[in-house]
Amino acid sequence: MATLEILYFAWVRDGIGKDGERIESPLPETTVEGLIDSLVARGGGYAEALGDRKRLRAALDQRFVPLHTSIGSAKELALFPPVTGG
Amino acid sequence: MSVVASVRAEDFDTAAELAALEAMGGGGVASFTGIVRGGDGLVSLHLDHYPAMTQAQVERICADAMARWSLLGIRIVHRTGTLLPGDRIVFVGTASAHRTAALESCAFLIDWLKSHAPFWKKERFKDGRETWVEAKAEDDAKAAEWG
Repeated sequence: MATLEILYFAWVRDGIGKDGERIESPLPETTVEGLIDSLVARGGGYAEALGDRKRLRAALDQRFVPLHTSIGSAKELALFPPVTGG
Repeated sequence: MSVVASVRAEDFDTAAELAALEAMGGGGVASFTGIVRGGDGLVSLHLDHYPAMTQAQVERICADAMARWSLLGIRIVHRTGTLLPGDRIVFVGTASAHRTAALESCAFLIDWLKSHAPFWKKERFKDGRETWVEAKAEDDAKAAEWG
């Protein structure tokens, strides 16, 4: 079974209550926001942390992508707030 | 050309970083050092990051700077973990034959690090509050100015 590793950072991780999880790979045409919708549907911390799409950013296989990007054959998806380094 | 990019918890020696850039044989070295700003009851700053992506992203940003300016070298250190007011967070230094390339590329690198490297700051205050720093629209705007 192909799997997708999902990683959470900063307040997204705080809200969900874990660093990440491994799920069964979604269909390749599934977009990042489509997957976020399915996570929000779990309710609880997921709905709270991922509910406001405007405050979320994503990376697929360690590259920033817009939320409408298809997941394709990516192995790793990271969800996080806008970065605040430097 | 020499690019050294380091993401780590340990502090860095600003003088040693500058000396390495000065030894590259150019006519100018420019640098930026970021320091944890105190005040408003700030006790500490915690820097979270995405290890698998951070190093790659910093190297991409350096390659971009190398393509835009004629540089002899770049040195970047970005710290992670818990830092106190007055601690150094980030160093960006560039060496070039001439000052314009050194100064401009240094400003470009710090603007891009702020908006394109996967770091997140959490502030802890005296009264026990802990808040994640919100991204500033002006930081995105500054990075966008470079095109």
